[in-house]
Amino acid sequence: MERIPILKLDDFLLVTIQVDMHDQLAMSLQDDLTERVVRTHARGVLVDISALDVVDSFIGRMLGNIAAMSRVLDAETVVVGMRPAVAITLVELGLSLPGIRTALNVDKGMLLLRQARAREARGLNHGRLGQ
Amino acid sequence: MAASGSETLPIRSDSEVVTVRQRVRTWAAQQGFSLVDQTKIITAASELARNVLVHGGGGTARIEALNNGSRVGLKLTFEDQGPGIPDISLAMRDGYTTRGGLGLGLSGAKRLSNEFDIVSKVGEGTCVSITRWK
Repeated sequence: MERIPILKLDDFLLVTIQVDMHDQLAMSLQDDLTERVVRTHARGVLVDISALDVVDSFIGRMLGNIAAMSRVLDAETVVVGMRPAVAITLVELGLSLPGIRTALNVDKGMLLLRQARAREARGLNHGRLGQ
Repeated sequence: MAASGSETLPIRSDSEVVTVRQRVRTWAAQQGFSLVDQTKIITAASELARNVLVHGGGGTARIEALNNGSRVGLKLTFEDQGPGIPDISLAMRDGYTTRGGLGLGLSGAKRLSNEFDIVSKVGEGTCVSITRWK
């Protein structure tokens, strides 16, 4: 069966969606990512959607689910590379992706994840539990 | 260059929803739609094609190039022979869903279009058409 590849880099999982996903593929990506977060103890998930020329409510829901499930599993999610036309359309569609952190590109997204990780490490050094 | 003509596509599976998106993209580009307008009508088509599959149990999408001399546009008609919608105004409301989705399909597609029309009969099916002008 067709699958979207998930790469591991340090503590993070990286996904680049490069195909026009049918709904079943989106669902299996959601499941695969959740399972990989648990198995690899990943602390962050970066989803690159720069190749997507359409994000409809189903894909929007999938992104929200990935962020919510990762959060429950103590991992941050950041969605990067949204095209301007997609952003305009999403807002008009009525989807503002609440609870999803976004960044303009992969570099900035990785920076966000690393900063979150560093903050957490500092917090632990001061004898506090991570939030 | 703006063309005229039409095409009808089946919607019986996830992958045919993808095909509808791709064909709408091709037609919208041929009609000379801007990138943002292309994205809007493809997104609306994706919502409505999914509705046909999920709620209507499958059906068809018809893509029509409009060119009436002064205006160029694209009309999309989605038809199914499913259970129909008992309360259209309720179904059009943001966030209303019967299948655990976000409930943005119909209302969102309407916002992304210039013209929107829906006819539904319980037990007979639903027909939604949208038009976007260039």
